[in-house]
Amino acid sequence: MDIFAQQLVNGLVLGSIYALVALGYTMVYGILELINFAHGEVTMVGAMVALAVMGALLGVAPDLPGILVVIGGALVAIPACILLGYTIERVAYRPLRQAPRLAPLITAIGVSIILQNVAMLIWGRQYIAFPPILPQATFQIAGAQVSALQIFIVLLSGIAMAGLWFMVQRTRLGRAMRACGESREIASLMGVDVNRIISTTFIIGSALAAVAGLMVSAYYGLAHYYMGFMLGLKAFSAAVLGGIGNLGGAVLGGLLLGVIEALGAGYIGDLTGGFLGSHYQDVFAFLVLIVVLVFRPSGLLGERVAQRA
Amino acid sequence: MIAALRERPRLSLALLAVLLAVLPFVTGVLIGQSGVRMLDFALLYVLLALGLNLVVGYAGLLDLGYIAFYALGAYFYAWLASPHFGLHLPFWMILPMGTLFAAAFGVLLGAPTLRLRGDYLAIVTLGFGEIIRIFMNNLDAPVNLTNGPQGMDLIDPIQIAGIGFSGTQEVFGLVVQATHLYYYLFLAFTLAAILFAYRLQDSRIGRAWAAIREDEVAAAATGINTRNLKLLAFAMGATFGGLAGGLFAAFQGFISPESFNLMESILILCMIVLGGMGHIPGVIVGAVLLTILPEALRYIGDLQRAMLGEVVVDAANLRMLIFGLALVLMMLYRPAGLWPSRQRRRELTAEGEAVRHE
Repeated sequence: MDIFAQQLVNGLVLGSIYALVALGYTMVYGILELINFAHGEVTMVGAMVALAVMGALLGVAPDLPGILVVIGGALVAIPACILLGYTIERVAYRPLRQAPRLAPLITAIGVSIILQNVAMLIWGRQYIAFPPILPQATFQIAGAQVSALQIFIVLLSGIAMAGLWFMVQRTRLGRAMRACGESREIASLMGVDVNRIISTTFIIGSALAAVAGLMVSAYYGLAHYYMGFMLGLKAFSAAVLGGIGNLGGAVLGGLLLGVIEALGAGYIGDLTGGFLGSHYQDVFAFLVLIVVLVFRPSGLLGERVAQRA
Repeated sequence: MIAALRERPRLSLALLAVLLAVLPFVTGVLIGQSGVRMLDFALLYVLLALGLNLVVGYAGLLDLGYIAFYALGAYFYAWLASPHFGLHLPFWMILPMGTLFAAAFGVLLGAPTLRLRGDYLAIVTLGFGEIIRIFMNNLDAPVNLTNGPQGMDLIDPIQIAGIGFSGTQEVFGLVVQATHLYYYLFLAFTLAAILFAYRLQDSRIGRAWAAIREDEVAAAATGINTRNLKLLAFAMGATFGGLAGGLFAAFQGFISPESFNLMESILILCMIVLGGMGHIPGVIVGAVLLTILPEALRYIGDLQRAMLGEVVVDAANLRMLIFGLALVLMMLYRPAGLWPSRQRRRELTAEGEAVRHE
């Protein structure tokens, strides 16, 4: 088996999940210039709710086809996350629209702590296993083992991203979102209901987060109340890597980060003559991030913002 | 009463001094040793918050990896004063070297990030903090530098004039606990740091930082060397962190990478934002409050047992939950912090663009 091809595939799959989460960060940032620290936790809630619903479904009807069970989980998790994202924005961010820039960052951290602990209260500290209901088929592609799940994850995130792109670039709502990203004041002068657009942004981001959460738990086979933290961190790094506020950048950053991580984990031992083991894969990811930002201070695809944006 | 005290600054200063001097004994009687330990930690966090305030509050550079310097200071102390390498240098030699060591890393972090602004800087500093922590976690092989996740223990306590700060000691005929001795030592360092921070604020450097924070381009145009001053901010902030780290290692006698995770960096940031960024009394209040609040919430388990007869909700869990709620609520009701500087309050009440573009 070709290690390079295999790690590339793993990286792309992981990367497309990062990209979905990163889109949520970058959309909010594009409009509000706010690091929505709670976004990773929304992803976690999505995974937890989906797993709980799937468990319940399997309890009632054990013979249900796996795909239907997963869809059932998603159908509950997505509205749950939408409601959550909308509420977070209303309660924790909107009252602070005029406050100093770091104030909403602190409420975001507070919300994130709250969500983690509520999840721990509801679902406990233990890892929750993803039920083994998905088809286990694998394919050989260019020397790499690719599972049906991996293909499904990449396809679904591709579809979600294409849909998002279409919405932002081609619809009236998307135009309003882009206008708000340019300038909220002027957009509102042009008759855009800025608050509604911001709410919509949170809703879309949270829906994507729910899907991503479900994918992560399916991919790793488990979910945990703490899973949102690292995932959110990685996704945010991906968004920054690509140029925060830029949708294409978030996708590119996510895929890149996923591939870098996978390749780093696979090769870091060989590269350093066994000096550094694969547990340095996070170091690798952050180092690449730092190096990229040193040479392109506003990310890969980020536009060169004026000195004072 | 406060107004009366304000008119007599000397008297109030004297009162404050007496209060600070007897505080550990009062706490020791009321709460016990754990209360005094809590005070010690509060002082360490005040040191850390003051240091981060130089970077974030004064110079306006959002640093999410500040705990790395704390870690570096702590590990530096542990290397030179524990059986790990068999070195047992006195603390007055290690602490200055440790702060320099941390400051060097501050410059190392600052140098590549000079061109970054705002949140790009935040994520790079965050990455730096994580890198340091991961290295601490894994540098037990091939050369055992940090003892990996197990951490380093048996770190020498601080020793002044033949008095070791461990267990109970007799000082001038009085029997005192080590935690009390550490309290006074930390208090001395903290007071020095407060004085330093105040002097810095009104100095040429402090005003230059404020100028960079408000508008970097304009600052550069008035002849401020923004590069050197930003590096200086990182270095100075790191100095405070390194000092606090060394003290922490000596106080605790044991350090492990767990103590230096991202959440700690965020906690210190919360302290300064919650207290009132850039305003020293606010920062102190924020640091003390956020150290004591989680500790005070530890009693929640007992409270539940007393009121309901059993522990219904896991206490540690509920504690963090309330902590998160408190963060959100305090920020919602006091967006500029609990004790913001007068200037900042003015800026906030004056509506308009000036505030938006901070």
